[in-house]
Amino acid sequence: MTEYNIKDLKSGGLMKQKEKDLFSLRLRVVGGYIRSDQLVKLSRIANKYGKGYIHLTTRQGVEIPNINFKHFEEVRKELAEVRLDMGSCGQRVRTVTACQGTECSHGLIDCLSLAKEIDRRYFGIGGHPHKFKIGITGCPNGCVKPQENDLGIMGRLKKGFVKENCTYCGLCAQVCPVGAIEVDKSNRKIVFNKNKCIGCGDCVYSCPTQAWLRRKEGYSIFVGGKMGKFPKLGVKVFDFVETKDKVFEIIEKTLEFYKKFGKKGERFRNTLDRVGIDKYVEYAQ
Amino acid sequence: MKEINPNESLDLKGVACPGNFVRAKIRLEQIQAGQILEIILDDGDPIKNVPRAIREEGHEILKVEKIHDKWKLFIRKT
Repeated sequence: MTEYNIKDLKSGGLMKQKEKDLFSLRLRVVGGYIRSDQLVKLSRIANKYGKGYIHLTTRQGVEIPNINFKHFEEVRKELAEVRLDMGSCGQRVRTVTACQGTECSHGLIDCLSLAKEIDRRYFGIGGHPHKFKIGITGCPNGCVKPQENDLGIMGRLKKGFVKENCTYCGLCAQVCPVGAIEVDKSNRKIVFNKNKCIGCGDCVYSCPTQAWLRRKEGYSIFVGGKMGKFPKLGVKVFDFVETKDKVFEIIEKTLEFYKKFGKKGERFRNTLDRVGIDKYVEYAQ
Repeated sequence: MKEINPNESLDLKGVACPGNFVRAKIRLEQIQAGQILEIILDDGDPIKNVPRAIREEGHEILKVEKIHDKWKLFIRKT
């Protein structure tokens, strides 16, 4: 049998269990989406090599516990039949999480295609001081908790207003979570406070007459979120990034900054706190 | 704005999401295209969720009226 180094195994998604020779296999899952044929295969593998169950991770991933070391290659071959790869551990870019923004009626961006693209470009890239987590949420409801990630992405909306379509019913003012809209029905007047608006799109989607219109989707970027022993929430560093390409550019600059300025074993948030977030923003923008 | 005469009326006061939408949807399925359903909704989540869901189903919301802390919607089935 091939001799494996535990650290190498871990980097490829194998985690040593308490029990001798047993490992939990972490798989590469994007945004929590798994095809049904892959689930059938997972079930077969868990029955054949594991103990008949799988574990769903906190980051929407899947792990198959209780896999004996000696079956590792066979399991990997079976996984490859349904195009499932091993996951990422260690000092690497981890599983990219995403909400159901692609399907959800609140979703402002196509989270799944963005998650797939980010996974394709950056998944498993190593050489950073510590792990690096990316999460994508489709709207300001933030169900995927972008502020808990080293880099979080949130879908946002810029809207337009067509005066002729407005019936001044007041519904938008009612649904706006931040009170950015005031409707004066008797004088047929709308006051919109742009500075209060968080770009959630609730007014656009509830407007019965399409007076509020979707004008442009974009992305807010949060950095420096982490959990663990010393949790900290990520902070918003870019309010409205207009294109996917710019998002990719920011991710690349961020990883570059982390590699350049981070100390070994330091989470990105600690690098930011030590080096200064202003310096980072200047670097990444 | 001219008076709208609904063909059917549905009182959804006190009905939580998504039950209110489902009940409106079922009633809309029972009426003819072009007919008008009037529904009454609570403030908060119902008024936030139901109109958009009705629009997403392709129906037309002709009018929205606020009556104290309730909302009246006139929906034309498409």
